[in-house]
Amino acid sequence: MADDLFKALADPTRRLILDELAERDGQTLFEICTRLITKHGLGSTRQAISQHLAVLEAADLVRTRRQGRYKFHDLNTAPLELIVTRWLKPRTPEDTP
Amino acid sequence: MKIHLSSVFVDDQDKALRFYTDVLGFVKKTEIPLGAHRWLTVVSPEDPDGTELVLEPDEHPAVKPYTEALVADGIPATAFAVDDVRAEFDRLRGLGVRFTQEPLEMGPVVTAVLDDTCGNLIQIVQHD
Repeated sequence: MADDLFKALADPTRRLILDELAERDGQTLFEICTRLITKHGLGSTRQAISQHLAVLEAADLVRTRRQGRYKFHDLNTAPLELIVTRWLKPRTPEDTP
Repeated sequence: MKIHLSSVFVDDQDKALRFYTDVLGFVKKTEIPLGAHRWLTVVSPEDPDGTELVLEPDEHPAVKPYTEALVADGIPATAFAVDDVRAEFDRLRGLGVRFTQEPLEMGPVVTAVLDDTCGNLIQIVQHD
């Protein structure tokens, strides 16, 4: 699970997808592709973006929901807490100068 | 050469005519009975002699899988130009129109994507 998470975050395109979903949840594949091309000049194909989304979904960083005939993608930040709690432990009073 | 007709596949011509005229604001240009269906076109009131949009029945077996796959990924069937995407977004949402993409700046253009209720997504575009 953690390996999936780090692998998902290692790719710059996938980090951009997360940036865009952080700005607005509930985007279609078309909107995500549009944002990557127009805001970031990224020329990836739709198939490539779709595969990046599948990796993000496997790491539970992106969740999809079907609403009638549409499919929307949402950001899920819960797995990031694993990273924070792994290294950022709460400091005890004697640690702080 | 210039573009004379463009078409969208619709699941019901009556419903499509209502949506494209009453909601989007186009006007009916041609209506010719053809068996169970009609040759049905609409035009922009701003350009009544301009490109006509054919509201074409979606009966061919290839059409539904095609349009459904486009809608699932949020891909518009076609795009229409408007002066102000945000104003149209507010107006149309007030009329109960569903959008799959809210107004989004894309460099020199602003776009939004709406559901035409007849099987298609339609992009509206504003060129600054």
